[in-house]
Amino acid sequence: MSESHHPTGIKRWLYTTNHKDIGTLYLWFSFLMFLVGGVMALVIRAELFQPGLQLVEPNFFNQMTTMHGLIMVFGAVMPAFVGLANWMIPLMIGAPDMALPRLNNLSFWILPFAFFMLLSTLFMPGGAPNFGWTFYAPLSTTYAPPSVTYFIFAIHIMGASSILGSINIIATIMGMRAPGMGYMKMPLFVWTWFITAYLLIAVMPVLAGAVTMMLIDIHFGGSFFSAAGGGDPVLFQHIFWFFGHPEVYIMILPAFGVASAIIPTFARKPLFGYHSMVYATASIAFLSFIVWAHHMFTVGMPLVAEGFFMFSTMIIAVPTGVKIFNWVATMWRGSMTFETPMLFAVAFVILFTIGGFSGLMLAIAPADFQYHDTYFVVAHFHYVLVPGAIFGIMAAVYFWLPKWCGKMYDEMMGKVHFWLSFIGLNVTFFPMHFVGLAGMPRRIPDYALQFADFNMISSAGAFLFGFSQVFFLGIVLQTILYGKKARSEVWDNPHGLEWTLPSPPPYHSFTQPPQVTMAHASPR
Amino acid sequence: MQAPDKKRIHAIVIRSSLITVLMFGFGFALVPLYDVFCDLTGLNGKVSLTPIHPVSTPGEVPDVRQIQMQFIAINNETLPWEFAPREFSLPIQLGKPYVTHYRAKNLSSRSMTVQAIPSVSPGLAAQHLSKMECFCFEQQRLEAGEEMDMAVRFVVSPSLPQSFSVMTLSYTLFDVSDKNTTQLTRN
Repeated sequence: MSESHHPTGIKRWLYTTNHKDIGTLYLWFSFLMFLVGGVMALVIRAELFQPGLQLVEPNFFNQMTTMHGLIMVFGAVMPAFVGLANWMIPLMIGAPDMALPRLNNLSFWILPFAFFMLLSTLFMPGGAPNFGWTFYAPLSTTYAPPSVTYFIFAIHIMGASSILGSINIIATIMGMRAPGMGYMKMPLFVWTWFITAYLLIAVMPVLAGAVTMMLIDIHFGGSFFSAAGGGDPVLFQHIFWFFGHPEVYIMILPAFGVASAIIPTFARKPLFGYHSMVYATASIAFLSFIVWAHHMFTVGMPLVAEGFFMFSTMIIAVPTGVKIFNWVATMWRGSMTFETPMLFAVAFVILFTIGGFSGLMLAIAPADFQYHDTYFVVAHFHYVLVPGAIFGIMAAVYFWLPKWCGKMYDEMMGKVHFWLSFIGLNVTFFPMHFVGLAGMPRRIPDYALQFADFNMISSAGAFLFGFSQVFFLGIVLQTILYGKKARSEVWDNPHGLEWTLPSPPPYHSFTQPPQVTMAHASPR
Repeated sequence: MQAPDKKRIHAIVIRSSLITVLMFGFGFALVPLYDVFCDLTGLNGKVSLTPIHPVSTPGEVPDVRQIQMQFIAINNETLPWEFAPREFSLPIQLGKPYVTHYRAKNLSSRSMTVQAIPSVSPGLAAQHLSKMECFCFEQQRLEAGEEMDMAVRFVVSPSLPQSFSVMTLSYTLFDVSDKNTTQLTRN
């Protein structure tokens, strides 16, 4: 086979089974969804700029909060990490491609259909889903707009895509490692994705089950979630959060892997505590299965259950603390430089810790009765998702973009993008802690006057953050079109197999398994 | 191109797919598991929807302990029925059977079928309440303007822990006129 033979034009992308092409498709798709979900967030923030109803109807506002959540979770964050996995895992473990290249093509190409279906509900009579991204029954069954059926099938397709992608990643990691690349020598990004993939195949089917039960309740006379027929609406919340809590770790574990790749590179020291990082990741994944009911402390649970879910949730702070400690210890006395990927990675460590601490506050069951369904929760999960997952993805893009396209991005512009994003996100989300503690409920288009000032600040920050992502798009395009040629190592003595390849890597890389030496294996 | 071990990858794919299928099944298994868990632990104030005939142990004397039993009636959504307990509160002796009635009247202009769903508070006391007869065991139908008294025959077991002095039995009426064919299949 010729080294770089592939069809050209649209056929290259439709028929491709190449992990690099599919990784690129995933990343562009997720960026498009990031902008779509971002526009929805700006509609929300524009309406909340002032108290009172200015721009949109309350029902449309609810559609915006619902679609923003769904699109960011399933359309932006998850596909971006799958894209990174596609690009990097074969390069990091010395494999020629993913284990199941045709399945890989399928798992990407069903995604656009799922999101086309989901977005088309905006133009349907009755409007798009308006019941929040957590779609609690009976709001999403008895009281749902007719478009809920499209929503259900869209979730089915997204779930299928994630499951197929995960099986592929598991098969690649278990079956395609180059000789000498033992499990305990894999880079942490590969490890975190390995664990994430198992989380995905364990909980995405449960989500599929939940939406299937909704479908049965809505269209086939079932009563899973209707008390009149012997069902229970609280059952929905248990099933949803049994999926939902592992899901939040699905969105953060790969970012842990990215930080563990970037921080040692720019601290010019080996990663501190490689083994403890692996065990901490596995512990977090295990604990994620037994803490789900901390999302529903106010649902009316017995004291024993409140206590169990409170303490099991707090235990998660231990392995997470291990990871934070290891990153800080890696930086300790390192010869640090602050290129854009490092800036994003350091901000990730600091801001994710803030999000983690507000999570601990929410884990305290008696206190949660005050915080529940307020903006404090919104502040908490945006602090773990934006500087956690999103900054992780951006750090990864700046770190590996020169490897992917063989061109160097403009360092000055990268830094400007970082600082705009950093300031924008803190201005947006930090005041939400205050309004939340003062009692402002989430998912409302209007609010009491005393929250006006902080909401105005939040909205201003949101527009700053939003427009700096358009600037990010400009940086990426400029790099691809006009960037200066990048070296194959790109950075100062980086660690790992991907840096042994030229930048950009050939279309088919590692067709002969590479020699894995101490210089490429983790821990260094 | 390096030849990855096809057999091994095949086995991994089969195993991962199996996990996926099992977890899909597990999602549905959570439905009965949730009920079993609540039944076993008495959490959530769930009470049985089928009659229970408590076996009286010979020689077991009714406990002298008295507790207060309260009765609550709730209409789900905007059900156009009048629905209220005949007695709002009863002093009861543990181990002794009692009968009380709820009154229901269909205020609408069509015949309607309802299902009453019981709930007991405090939740942990629920497993000590047995019902020999209850209008919640089957659907109730009333013509337009019709009314009736509906009986509940129950006993609270002497096994009720000392800490409980008041129990509340609540019924919520759900309109199931459109779902007449749906019978309660769960216990």
